[in-house]
Amino acid sequence: MFAYILRRVLYAVPILIGVNLITFALFFMVNSPDDMARMQLGVKRVTPEAIEQWKAERGYDKPLFVNETASGIAQVTDTVFYSKSLTLFSGEFGRSEDGREIGQEIRERMGPSLAIAVPTFVVGLGLTVSLALFLVLFRGTWLDRTGVVLCVGLMSISSLFFIIGGQFLFARVLQLVPISGYSSNPLVAWHFLILPVAVAVVAGIGGSTRWYRTLFLEEIGKDYVRTARAKGLSDAAVLFRHVLRNGLIPILTGVVVVIPSLFMGSLLIESFFGIPGLGSYTIDAIAAQDFAVVRAMVFLGSVLYLLGLILTDLSYTLVDPRIRLK
Amino acid sequence: MVFKSFSVCCRRFCLFLGAALLLTACGSEWNDPYPASERGANRLYSAFAERPKHLDPAVAYSNSEIGFIAQIYEPPLQYHYLKRPFELISSTLAAMPQVSLYDQAGRLLPESAPAEQVARSVYRLQLKSDVRYQPHPAFSLNDDGSARYMNLDASLSRSLQTSIGPLALADPGSRLLTAHDYVYQIKRLAHPTVQSPIYGMMSEHIVGLKSLAGQIKSTLEAQPAAWVDLDKLPLPGAVAIDDHTLEITLQDKYPQFIYWLAMNFFAPVPREVDQFYSQPALRNGNVNIDTWPVGTGPYMMVYNNPNARIELKRNPNFHDERYPCQGQPDDAMMGLLASCDARLPLIDTVVFSREKESLPYWNKFLQGYYDESGISSDSFDQAVRININGDVNVSPAMSAQGIGLQTSVRTSVYYMGFNMLDPVVGGRTPEEQRRAKLLRQALSIVFDREEFISIFLNGRGHPAMGPLPPGIFGYQSGEAGINPVVYTWKDGEPHRRNLDEAKALLAKAGWPDGRDAKTGRPLVLNLDTTSGGLGDKSTMDWMSRQLNQVGVQLVVRSTDFNRFQEKLRKGSAQMYFLGWNADYPDPENFFFLFYGPEGKVAHGGENTANYSNPEFDRLFRVMKNQPNGPARQAVIDQMLKLVREDAPWIYWFYPKSYVLRQSWLQNYKLNNVASNTIKYQRIDADSRAKLRAEWNHPLRWPFMLILGGLVLLLWPALKAYRSRSGLDAFGQQVRKR
Repeated sequence: MFAYILRRVLYAVPILIGVNLITFALFFMVNSPDDMARMQLGVKRVTPEAIEQWKAERGYDKPLFVNETASGIAQVTDTVFYSKSLTLFSGEFGRSEDGREIGQEIRERMGPSLAIAVPTFVVGLGLTVSLALFLVLFRGTWLDRTGVVLCVGLMSISSLFFIIGGQFLFARVLQLVPISGYSSNPLVAWHFLILPVAVAVVAGIGGSTRWYRTLFLEEIGKDYVRTARAKGLSDAAVLFRHVLRNGLIPILTGVVVVIPSLFMGSLLIESFFGIPGLGSYTIDAIAAQDFAVVRAMVFLGSVLYLLGLILTDLSYTLVDPRIRLK
Repeated sequence: MVFKSFSVCCRRFCLFLGAALLLTACGSEWNDPYPASERGANRLYSAFAERPKHLDPAVAYSNSEIGFIAQIYEPPLQYHYLKRPFELISSTLAAMPQVSLYDQAGRLLPESAPAEQVARSVYRLQLKSDVRYQPHPAFSLNDDGSARYMNLDASLSRSLQTSIGPLALADPGSRLLTAHDYVYQIKRLAHPTVQSPIYGMMSEHIVGLKSLAGQIKSTLEAQPAAWVDLDKLPLPGAVAIDDHTLEITLQDKYPQFIYWLAMNFFAPVPREVDQFYSQPALRNGNVNIDTWPVGTGPYMMVYNNPNARIELKRNPNFHDERYPCQGQPDDAMMGLLASCDARLPLIDTVVFSREKESLPYWNKFLQGYYDESGISSDSFDQAVRININGDVNVSPAMSAQGIGLQTSVRTSVYYMGFNMLDPVVGGRTPEEQRRAKLLRQALSIVFDREEFISIFLNGRGHPAMGPLPPGIFGYQSGEAGINPVVYTWKDGEPHRRNLDEAKALLAKAGWPDGRDAKTGRPLVLNLDTTSGGLGDKSTMDWMSRQLNQVGVQLVVRSTDFNRFQEKLRKGSAQMYFLGWNADYPDPENFFFLFYGPEGKVAHGGENTANYSNPEFDRLFRVMKNQPNGPARQAVIDQMLKLVREDAPWIYWFYPKSYVLRQSWLQNYKLNNVASNTIKYQRIDADSRAKLRAEWNHPLRWPFMLILGGLVLLLWPALKAYRSRSGLDAFGQQVRKR
């Protein structure tokens, strides 16, 4: 297994370089270092000298990929791409274009992002799996059909509607919770988190429930289920003890892979509920053309996604003893 | 069995949820985003959408930044809170600056001396003697007089990397403000790593600033990471005569310099603060002057999480400054003089919460959790009623809540610019220029700005008659102030000239019915714009329709902000939308946008239209050095006549600010020039607490109803399950043993 993990980690390196390269190329195709300088310095009274100074301060005065004025390895290393993108592999996120240390920002914002993402993930998973099992339990009945229609309805509604509607109904009209805000004190934070978590869970119910229902329905037609029934087990026992366990593999595929990405936060939820997490950090950076933050967040996202994929493979061996990683 | 345990779990969860809700119900306002301990406290609650990039007074230039630091830093001058037109008064000075002009030989010249004769302008500033800095560890001293926190170790530095920053250090010190601190800050403007946006402009005026920048650069090159002690580098243009006397020397006559003395760029920064923050451990941990300002102003920053909340607290060392007792004639009636002679600031703490989206901000304002709010287009109809006479009032619902509305025309102008380097709208040969001028005049008439303001701005604008907005010297209302190229004066009000006149001008320009008189090809104009904002399709459709009235076609070239700016820099745009917010309330700050040597393409300046008129440039040089008075007004009138006739812009509108304020927020007067206004405001905290409690009652029953509905939905399922589990394989009820 160790060899397998090592191989997967080594595979990840060229993928990450590729991701960096694409991010870099896309970003600089749209924004030149001069544009970035102007964005940071403001549009009023900016002199060409100030722009040159800004670029020199941050190392954007170098060539993007190849430095023909340098010699030897410096032709590659003395470039914007090397100094800004490849240094990420050493864990150095550097500073944002407005001078703040990105690593510290990420550490500060990770907590709020997880405060939303983890309960959303846990409650959402529990609820959707339960609902899917419930629908399967009553498969073919009016309950199942109504449930599927509701799921399709929920899938068809934009998450923005859930956010605005949730804020309006529960915070503005019913006045049960604050409309937005955040507190780093966990005893107070739940007060702010309950609505965004509920909204995020409800917004995700439709798609996930339908997906899990399909998986369970496929599972319930198999021979071992018939055998279990023939033994005289109740429907609930068959579902929870046998079908759920065997249906875990495809669920794991979709679930474990997103676990590391929970750190990255949610873009819309964080913006509307005033949660100072990593999702809003990324959005702000894109709006401010802050390449340092964009590349760091894309890199972090890629690393976490690749980590999720490896974890998914590992989790297969835990739930299905027939699978061996070589 | 499994199903039963699941049901038990569900029941327990519902019980827990109910208990939690009941426990929370012990407080009266469940939706209060602030701690209950703050209720009734003398705090102002405000919001910010964009995190401030810079809090360094040498760098901060946008409203999102100045809104914070204006409460913390004190430049030598400030604007009178109530008087209009805006009037400069002292902030940290014992008296207004004395300005002396000298010629090349060092002879004193009169104030009215022409600019060509002036070789030096000397501003002498006498500081008040009782101005102290806020408590800050940079001022803390050991018994031997050495700085206590100048060599922080790594662990102590890490402890500062929190939302309370340097305030985590014990026993902060303070000291008196001296003239040396102003000198130090002026030197910082030249520091290459500070990158002050006004350095380029100020280096043309302040004696020796440019050479100082060169010296700092050389010092940095010799020791790249070292802190540069600016006290060791002389700046002849800024000298502390003694601890309380500052002399600033300019190499020319620049009367507008006095306005700069009211801006944050000239706020004092003590040398020890700069040195304190230069410690690598702090610099690397985002604890620096750009994140933790240190000033003498009414407030000090005590909490800084720019992603969520910024909190300012009353500076205990703030000097004796009093609420003004004089203002505009109706200020007394509006209750704005009620706090006459009260010691400032009147509010203890200011809490800025980050609200990236306008909807949550608006809803929280309606619940009483923000003390003032702007009005977004989405909320306009809910907030404002305009009667048939055009009077603007708050809606009955707002009025019932005691919410008040203040409006004010901002010192800004929005315009559609013509690139004068373009062959069609600018012209290259004298004949092309003659035709282009007529074309621009025709287009100025065609666009119905009144309709635009009504449709797209909800009436929050005033049709512009020229580059000068109301409140700026030189602006004239009434018949004298209309743009005669576009308007006529009838029945006591301006009327836009009719389309026939525009068509006639077009025909004269060689484009009868919007077609080239010689070739018959249609006139196609290109409007360069950024996506979003004015790039919205509905706006652009309206523009096209306006031009179609005279047969002209419009092509909208929508692009991103960077490309748009690039087009302006390179002069490849034809027509474009822009706006200008005044740095200071002087006509020079608007007219320089037409000044030839400010041309965008040729000189990289702010004259985006690349307008060049030698006569205008001559008048500009005369006007900018004149004091306000009839002579200056006469020159301004000539300049206005030129830019109206030449029409390098279509003067679109002066934006109007609409601000709603809660009944408990007192002494609130809109000020579009000054930002240090929180110190004048007052909160009736008891009234706020009472009204908030009245407005915010949790409605539990609908929620319970929803929960009950869900449970009811489960009931038939449970029933069906039970009856089904009692059947055998043949669908028969199993007999109980």
